[in-house]
Amino acid sequence: MKSPFWRRFTRNKGAVAGMAVLLLVVVVALLGPWIATNDPWGMVQQPFLHPWTEPGFALGTDTLGRDILSGMIYGARISLLIGAVSTVVALLIGITLGAIAGYFGGLVDAALMRFTEIFQAVPSFALAIVLVAIFQPSVGSIVAAIAIVSWPPVARLVRSEFLTLRQRDFVQAALLAGQSTPRIILTQILPNAMSPIIVMASLMVATAILLESSLSFLGLGDPNQMSWGYMVGSARTVLRQAWWMALFPGLAIVLTVLALNLVGEGLSDGLNTRLDGRTK
Amino acid sequence: MSVAARPVLDITGLSISLPAGADRALAVERASLSVLPGQTLCVVGESGSGKSMIANAVMGLLPRPQVAPVAGQILFEGVDLLTLTEPQMRELRGRRIGMVFQEPMTALNPVMRIGEQIGEVFDAHVSVPAAEKRRRILAALADVGLPEPELLIDSYPFRLSGGQRQRVMIACALVLEPVLLICDEPTTALDVTTQAQILRLIRELQQRRGTAVLFITHDFGVVSEIADHVVVMQTGQVVEAGPARRVLDAPQHPYTRKLIAAIPHGQAQRATPTDDTLRVLQVQDLCKTYRSSHGLFKRGRAVQAAKNISFELKRGETLGLVGESGSGKSSVGRCLVGLAPFDSGRILFKGRNLSQGAAFRREAAGKIQMVFQDPYASLNPRHRVGAAIAGGPIAQGIGKAEATARAVELLKLVGLAADAAERYPHEFSGGQRQRIAIARALAMQPELLVADEPVSALDVSVQAQVLALFAQVREQFQLAMVFITHDLRVAGQMCDHLAVMQRGELVEYGATQQVLNDPQHAYTRQLIKAVPRLTQPPQHLTMAVA
Repeated sequence: MKSPFWRRFTRNKGAVAGMAVLLLVVVVALLGPWIATNDPWGMVQQPFLHPWTEPGFALGTDTLGRDILSGMIYGARISLLIGAVSTVVALLIGITLGAIAGYFGGLVDAALMRFTEIFQAVPSFALAIVLVAIFQPSVGSIVAAIAIVSWPPVARLVRSEFLTLRQRDFVQAALLAGQSTPRIILTQILPNAMSPIIVMASLMVATAILLESSLSFLGLGDPNQMSWGYMVGSARTVLRQAWWMALFPGLAIVLTVLALNLVGEGLSDGLNTRLDGRTK
Repeated sequence: MSVAARPVLDITGLSISLPAGADRALAVERASLSVLPGQTLCVVGESGSGKSMIANAVMGLLPRPQVAPVAGQILFEGVDLLTLTEPQMRELRGRRIGMVFQEPMTALNPVMRIGEQIGEVFDAHVSVPAAEKRRRILAALADVGLPEPELLIDSYPFRLSGGQRQRVMIACALVLEPVLLICDEPTTALDVTTQAQILRLIRELQQRRGTAVLFITHDFGVVSEIADHVVVMQTGQVVEAGPARRVLDAPQHPYTRKLIAAIPHGQAQRATPTDDTLRVLQVQDLCKTYRSSHGLFKRGRAVQAAKNISFELKRGETLGLVGESGSGKSSVGRCLVGLAPFDSGRILFKGRNLSQGAAFRREAAGKIQMVFQDPYASLNPRHRVGAAIAGGPIAQGIGKAEATARAVELLKLVGLAADAAERYPHEFSGGQRQRIAIARALAMQPELLVADEPVSALDVSVQAQVLALFAQVREQFQLAMVFITHDLRVAGQMCDHLAVMQRGELVEYGATQQVLNDPQHAYTRQLIKAVPRLTQPPQHLTMAVA
């Protein structure tokens, strides 16, 4: 079975590669506790161990003798978890506000959009730092902070989709049939606005992972969770003596974010029905 | 006729391939036709017949390599266009071959002045001094009958109406005096009166300059107005060719006969005054004004779409609301179903005054339904057809099983198979979708049906079938119908009464027979005169006789 969606998606070679990398990261994250040989926080070997010198420590150890490979495996869990959950939360806020603004228009729209602009006017990373600092770093507060700074673009996108879809004849027909407003929003308009939302969501996961890494790099990560950003941050001071401590987690961030962006582009091709029959 | 020996354009055995996965392998199959100097060849066919493909192949505008000519020749003045390189083709386009497209509203660049757009044709092909260029552009604009060319040359396209824009496009195409003009449905997007003017213009310019014209259309009325020769196409093949009069008067091929028979004849069919006294709809002094919102620095603009409109409708009757685009007929239609608020006046549904906005729809309780113009936009692409039809009754509190059963029943009634309920709208053609839209409206068991241009997006043969379906359900359900259309032929055939609208005003209102046979208002007479007719011989023939 090869649906038109998959035909268009797989025509984009970059998206297929991105999907492969992403699947690998997801599998590692899911099976983390069973693959990792050591506790990521445990000081299990001598510090500053070079990669590929000691069996069982393929990527070496850090300044305190902790296993870098195990740290990266656990980091994948936390990165994906925060990326996915904060995106879901941001989508919930953004879609709700955007849908209401776009459907009702007029004063409601103006009020909601000004509210959105307040969030867009503040630099998002600064806001995230402030939020995490106020609420104490933990997985919950980081997810909340990332979600709060990343919903405005979703609201804007959904609003513009609703503004045009609302005028469509099938929505008018549903109005004439006496369907209720929530029903029209959820069953008539929202399914038709899903394609751009899905594409945007895949890119938002990438941004969220970057944000989480940046927060951890600054020492604002959850202190109980090993994360890629924290590993890069703690290796910063010894960058010239021990390149591997920052390189491997850094690479993991780059590859995951790149993979998500490629997949996002592939999704946008796949969901674009007009691309059918055209070479790329 | 001494130069007629050699055709300007001679297409022999042209085949054009379609990409894999299309509904047929060849868009055009072994088509042959030739256009003589000073004559018009009409290529007629329904959408999907491949007629536009031929025009694009001549201009070298096919989206290669998916769609490409695979066999045959296109001889233009003795040279095979298919063997030419892109730079050679570019040399011919605009200079030797001009083209006019269907959609005048999007064919002009909105941020370029009219003069600059026509000037581009000069810049591409010949080098003339600026003053000379301007003089020739002015002459070209005057030539196509545009008023005040001196002012027009420096204005932007948004100041022009659709018909005027199409005149600019024709001026663009003809400014370098090409020997061949290709017109791809140039009047389809225009009002009937504008269409008549544009057709007259093309005919006139052609006679003056001896240009050969390849005219693509789906409308046999247009064919009879303009064609010397006709080629009829069906699914990529030429099924009939010959002189216009012969094809129109004595069509040989069954497909041609079917197409000609499907043209709405405009003769009032029903002269059945219903003795039913129930007034389903009364409209009294309806007024509707659109105001563009005023900003900080600009005043709001007001357009009056309906001025004191009054009419009434009994059960089983059909009222035709006729007018050109912008006449306000669609606005009145939207007020009637409660999708647009109105400023003043009353709408009485079965004697009961309906209030405004959402309350209007609640009071009507789904008994007023609408069929929309564009069958591609009026069905939700994500909903199965059965669910789309059953959705309305379910919202009115009818059980799901019952609503679904009724949906299947209605699909059968409108001539679709029962398994259609499980399929999505994109699996259906335009005509089938319009049937689904009718079924959806009927599912609410309406008493008043407002149809807004329900057949103007459809091919002529499909149009006839959908009109027949409207007539059938009207009898069966004793529906009162408001039929909004710009096509007097359709209105004459469908309606008991006609209301003619011009710029928001009702200029004529009466029984169909009376309005069509004895029009009182000048505008109505103008509309009736502009309708392309089969019976009327082409103008140049009458001229030759005289």
